[in-house]
Amino acid sequence: MSNVIGQRVTRYDGMAHVTGETKFVDDQVVPGTLTVKALRSPVSKGKIKNLDISAAEKMPGVAGVITAADVPCNAFGLIPDQPVLVGEDIRYKGEAIAAVAAVDEDAAMEALEKIGLEIEEQQAVLDPLEAMKDGAPQTRPEGNFQIWDDNNYRQVNLGDVDKAFEQADEIVESVHLHPSVEHAPMEPICSLAVPHAGPKLTIYTVSQALYFHLGMLCGILQMEPGDLHCKQWKAKTGSAWRHNTGYADLNYVGGTVGGGFGGKNDIMADHVAALLALKTGRPCKWRWTRAEDLLYSTFRGAWHITIKDAVTKQGRIIGRQMTSIRDAGSYASLNPYVVEKHCYLGAGPYFIPNVRVRGYCVYTNKPPASSMRGFGITPAAFATEVQMDQIADRLGMDPWEVRMTNAFRKGEFTPTKRILNSVAVIEVLQNLAAKAGVELPGHLKAMASTQERG
Amino acid sequence: MHTLELTVNGQGHKVEVGLKTTLLEVLRDKLHITSPKVGCNTGDCGTCSVLLDGVLVRSCITNALSVQGKSVTTLEGIIEPGDIHPLQKAFHENYGSQCGFCTPGMILASKALLDANPSPTRDEVKEALSGNLCRCTGYVKIIDSVLAAADEMKS
Repeated sequence: MSNVIGQRVTRYDGMAHVTGETKFVDDQVVPGTLTVKALRSPVSKGKIKNLDISAAEKMPGVAGVITAADVPCNAFGLIPDQPVLVGEDIRYKGEAIAAVAAVDEDAAMEALEKIGLEIEEQQAVLDPLEAMKDGAPQTRPEGNFQIWDDNNYRQVNLGDVDKAFEQADEIVESVHLHPSVEHAPMEPICSLAVPHAGPKLTIYTVSQALYFHLGMLCGILQMEPGDLHCKQWKAKTGSAWRHNTGYADLNYVGGTVGGGFGGKNDIMADHVAALLALKTGRPCKWRWTRAEDLLYSTFRGAWHITIKDAVTKQGRIIGRQMTSIRDAGSYASLNPYVVEKHCYLGAGPYFIPNVRVRGYCVYTNKPPASSMRGFGITPAAFATEVQMDQIADRLGMDPWEVRMTNAFRKGEFTPTKRILNSVAVIEVLQNLAAKAGVELPGHLKAMASTQERG
Repeated sequence: MHTLELTVNGQGHKVEVGLKTTLLEVLRDKLHITSPKVGCNTGDCGTCSVLLDGVLVRSCITNALSVQGKSVTTLEGIIEPGDIHPLQKAFHENYGSQCGFCTPGMILASKALLDANPSPTRDEVKEALSGNLCRCTGYVKIIDSVLAAADEMKS
């Protein structure tokens, strides 16, 4: 292979994209494919008292209806707390309760209307700040907080923050609200499951995490039921998750993703399409409408971030206390990992010798939030950079100077004590100033990451 | 059911459709022409764009029976098979396509523009593509691609 550094490289899939030859999941044409639609909860929290699919099953054009009773292992996720279809306890408005496979969309929609559903509605909690209070309605039986060790928050501690506040010339505190954000890829959530004799299955997926989801799907479907490893794993954790087994029965086809941005890191349709394909013996496609995608797919959860910094007159941040609250929605998904990364990088690209970060992952009766570009770092960066400007305002300093004064130098370390041997924050800021047409003062132009902090 | 006769990419077709069948459903589900995509199905995103007698339309909100006897062009039909249109070449070379999902609609919207206005300004390109959404590129490289194609088609 020739050296490609500095060369413009042709995209391997570029010509197919511009000619329309690229086949996304929805573009796979399999004769006889059934249309899937889901019955979704009309309430944010409640108990299913009665679910009757008998009339729907008898509707013309309907090939199959599934409920929680049809799911071999109805708990999945990295923390396996999420059902494929609700058994009893509804945690969010729009959560799937049953699914229909029919010859066309009209038949599927009519069948949904024939499903008998009685729900005892319960009081939901939708605001994470309310969910944190004593006596708040409980989103989950385990409580509204994600637990780490013995704490209801993830913590990162470095140095002595209380002492830093005693020594500070100024204390600058700010609160930052980051709303939830939907990825809105142009390609909505879609899955096509095609059954083969065996029973074996091919699933065409929009997944951004093929190997994670392959393991989870083998667990949910309990393919190769005689497998000892699977049984042991299941008995230990109750998890729909299998490692390195059962893959022969499941052909998981993906890699052509019509935009993801972290919004296709959780299984949303593959499990239901697969279960209906196995039940009906026919290909089943579940393509979410744009409205379903906007309302019920995963999203970047909202954040409430408080930063309190101990600052010297010279603009050095000598201590930071940061408290971040993540609205995780109703299931773990990738939320705990998002909160962890937020905490690790909450101090930004700055050397702060005393840091105390507490990240709360709070469950509410909303659709599950999950990953989106940056896994929690983006809201941390937003809050940190606004805070840097506020420090500059308070001290009457140039915001470039505040940033460069605090920027990491070679050999310094992050709040998790990761020593940084390759650092270029100062050089990036110098470059940025030049590109923005900002003339930095001489001492900032002369600054370098390799210089030891004075 | 009603009989719809239409021409798609130069080829005549006769299909049975219902009163509420859309042109997009005819193209994708009956003719298996899959470059027009289902992005929103409400006429907001432009992934289903096709040319109807040379005019850019959103096939997801175009009733199938309203195109009786008309001629439809999709991305597959903008040039002879095996050949490549200057817009396709420009989108490929200028990285105007990232995930590729909006690309068929983008190229057709661009073709409608260049057919009417061979020398558009940057602002005119933006205006012409304002009904086509992209979530990957930030649009800059798409606009670059259209302007590059316009240059090539003039020379």
